[in-house]
Amino acid sequence: MELCDKSALELSRLLRKGEITSRDITESVFQRIHEKESSINAFITTTPDLAFQQADKADRRLRKEKNRSPLMGIPIAIKDILCTKGIRTTCGSKMLGNFFPAYHATVVDRILDQGAVLIGKTNMDEFGMGSSTENSIIGPTHNPLHPDYVSGGSSGGSAAAVAAGETILAIGTDTGGSIRLPSAFCGIVGMKPTYGRVSRYGLIAYASSLDQVGAMGRSVQDCALLLDEMTGHDPLDSTSADMAGSNFLDSITHDIKGIKIGIPKEYFIQGLDPRIQDHIMEAVSLLKANGATIREISLPHTQYAVSAYYLIATAEACSNLARYDGVRYGFRATDDIEDTITMYEATRSLGFGREVKRRIMLGTYVLSAGYYDAYYLKAQKVRTLIREDFIKAFENVDCIIAPVSPCLPFKLGEKMDDPLQMYLVDIYTVSLNLSGLPGMSIPCGSADGLPIGMQIIGRPFDEQMVFNVGYAYEELSGD
Amino acid sequence: MNYEPIICFETHVELKTETKLFCDCLVRYDAPPNTHICPVCTGQPGALPVLNKKAVEYAVKAGVALNCTINQKSRFARKNYFYPDLPKGYQISQYERPFCEDGYLEITGDDGRPYAVGIKRIHLEEDAGKLVHSSDSFDEADYSLVDYNRSCIPLIEIVCDHYRNPIRSVLEAKTYLEKLKQVLRYINISDCNMEMGQLRCDVNISLRPKGSDEFGNRVEIKNMASFRFIAEALEYEITRQTELLDQDQTILQETRLFDESKKITLPMRSKEDAPDYRYFPDPDLLDVHIDDFFLQSIKKSLPELPDQKANRMITEYGISQSDALILTRDRPISEFFGECAPLCRDKKRLSHWIIKELFKLLNDTSTSIRECPIQPRDMSDLMNLMSDGAITDTIGRTVLEEMFQDGGSPQDIIHQRGLQPIQDKQELEAIIQQVIDENPDAITQIKAGQTKPVDFLIGQVMKKTRGKADPKKIRNVIQDRFYN
Repeated sequence: MELCDKSALELSRLLRKGEITSRDITESVFQRIHEKESSINAFITTTPDLAFQQADKADRRLRKEKNRSPLMGIPIAIKDILCTKGIRTTCGSKMLGNFFPAYHATVVDRILDQGAVLIGKTNMDEFGMGSSTENSIIGPTHNPLHPDYVSGGSSGGSAAAVAAGETILAIGTDTGGSIRLPSAFCGIVGMKPTYGRVSRYGLIAYASSLDQVGAMGRSVQDCALLLDEMTGHDPLDSTSADMAGSNFLDSITHDIKGIKIGIPKEYFIQGLDPRIQDHIMEAVSLLKANGATIREISLPHTQYAVSAYYLIATAEACSNLARYDGVRYGFRATDDIEDTITMYEATRSLGFGREVKRRIMLGTYVLSAGYYDAYYLKAQKVRTLIREDFIKAFENVDCIIAPVSPCLPFKLGEKMDDPLQMYLVDIYTVSLNLSGLPGMSIPCGSADGLPIGMQIIGRPFDEQMVFNVGYAYEELSGD
Repeated sequence: MNYEPIICFETHVELKTETKLFCDCLVRYDAPPNTHICPVCTGQPGALPVLNKKAVEYAVKAGVALNCTINQKSRFARKNYFYPDLPKGYQISQYERPFCEDGYLEITGDDGRPYAVGIKRIHLEEDAGKLVHSSDSFDEADYSLVDYNRSCIPLIEIVCDHYRNPIRSVLEAKTYLEKLKQVLRYINISDCNMEMGQLRCDVNISLRPKGSDEFGNRVEIKNMASFRFIAEALEYEITRQTELLDQDQTILQETRLFDESKKITLPMRSKEDAPDYRYFPDPDLLDVHIDDFFLQSIKKSLPELPDQKANRMITEYGISQSDALILTRDRPISEFFGECAPLCRDKKRLSHWIIKELFKLLNDTSTSIRECPIQPRDMSDLMNLMSDGAITDTIGRTVLEEMFQDGGSPQDIIHQRGLQPIQDKQELEAIIQQVIDENPDAITQIKAGQTKPVDFLIGQVMKKTRGKADPKKIRNVIQDRFYN
């Protein structure tokens, strides 16, 4: 087994024992990138020079420092939606094709402080808008398990890089499922924490009330390891929870005796691929056989979640993306410009891709005078109802198990001409963003060689429960 | 026909907080362009706002001073529009639940009676940057540059209530603005310097037949850089609208720009073209909860406002109303008076001397009272010396000038400059004799029964003694000579 295929936890152990160096791992990772990247296209930017510098520095720190983070010396890839000082940050868009941020996002600062080695910036749907990583200026990211298939989105680059051994860990962001869906499609573990758990400062906003940064890895423990280094209050983000950092990795346990697991009846209905349903039910039985209690629950407003999500997300997006006007940074159209207005129009027409423009138009409409109450306000009310569904459900269960996606990974281009079909892929994931809940995607078998993801949903700020149940399943299933 | 104007102001006031509304950049008006900027106030991707609590305190202070209801649960909203000086493509402002609502500002109405001008709301928002055009004329400019130093400086917008006691004349409009400025400076939340853009006004005006309860179509006027221009714009608009109404024409509901060189207003955009700002709650900021403790501490920290202060001067100190109004116009002056008054036996003398003598010195040298080296204790001592007859008013004036130059106590100055009054009766009589000898004509006139030359002689003695003699004593000596 190559170093780049090992878990972060094991590599961390080997580093501590001095059996390998961070440079060894970094070399292994770049070797894999060299072999596979041309067929995967997971990265928008790779940063080998910086990575080796950081690896050497980590090796020095590993020799000197006693209380070092398990992240020290571990290669990590970061979605190109998080600002990295002096390193191009494009958001997968022509609009930011030449944008070099003046500052690090808080999470980037934190993990680099702990000695993580930055491999590069990963591909994504433009500004996080998409479920397949096909809406990117550099073209789609291919599924490493099946090159004709999509990687899922919008953090498809991060998921594919982890799955292919092009990195050990990755950071993604999740607005409506953007960590969990590609994790499911690429067969890795992806954790979207509770809204407010991780700072959004430096995360280029798509929908501010839904966006959350999370961890992606090849095991539950790897995700816990990474997330522990990302959490904790950030005074620069007003919506960041006022709580100390987490200790999920050390507290993780596979003991699930007496844990009550809820199965939402509204989730297992027509439209869900029966093969996915079978695999998840099998997993549930396994958990039950090992001490968990299974209960059917009801989340009655589920059917309105996708509609509410696309109203709220697009409303926020049209405002968040207003700053890309060509005045201060990023792309500016220069041909046939007569005045400021024509510059705005040309810049935004040429700088944004189709899906982004579609969502800006939709969001602008949603907020317009005369429509605000019927769309935005109504959607907010639905959001409250969905949140209350979960609060009620969590009175009786400790966590909820659901599919991540109603379908298996689809082929590149298959849903590109039908945005509605594409939006429906998010049906099981958006409710968590609307409610702010933590959710993890964990591999749960496969069908036709295509991976299936199971979603574990927890109470607000109870990521530990999600990790524990995920860890237990991982051990039981022998994945 | 006779019309009554209905005038409503939207006044933007920049708050004098140390740092900006949503970032740590310093608030500076005179710094080189783009030297007080950061990712937040230039709208960099990924940057997030964090609320400056001081600005909330100032906004609430304004609300309390203007008799508003304070919304203890308040929130920020985004006002979406495109302009190069607006880095995020939206302004963080307030829409529903602003910090302050339903207040009033009491002014003296045109009828001389108190009139509580209704204030609908006060909300907190961020300022935009500033465009600098390559030419003085926008149309001729080849390019424009943006300075973001001003971006994100906290502003409050004070909106008059159209329906509750609106302003009814240009004079009332001026009174309102002067009073508003005075109160805001008193509570020390803004310097309200119009030239520096710290106070900016838009105004709505409509006309209706006198006695009518209906409202006419409103016209909004923008681009007025001084109180004088505001008055001129309103005068012009009243004339224009009166003429249209007299000809039975409709007033278009529109926004007009004031042209300061031509003193006229010109159409800018009609109601149909009014932008849709697509307000919605800003998801980057939490709702703001103002707890009772915070609110009470703000109420307690509020200084005595000019009206209360003037009333107290009138009732406690017996100062005339006109003097009290002058003394309370600026808080530093009123404070200077307030510090002197308890030490001073004759408060009327004090108010008179501050208004007549000290103001003259301040004006002649363009000095502010804060820069003036005279200590309240010394000012009071000077007043008391005169009240006791220890020195004459003439000497008092000289001493005040001296104190104004270099500070110091009046006693020291009198001593050092030899300004002690002539106490020695023989010395005084000798000088008077000298004056009598030098002015035989005056003596002849006095002997002939005229009284005016007595004053002339007194003046001559004062001149010779450089004011050190007491005019009453001189008069007594002269009268003893010629009338007894």
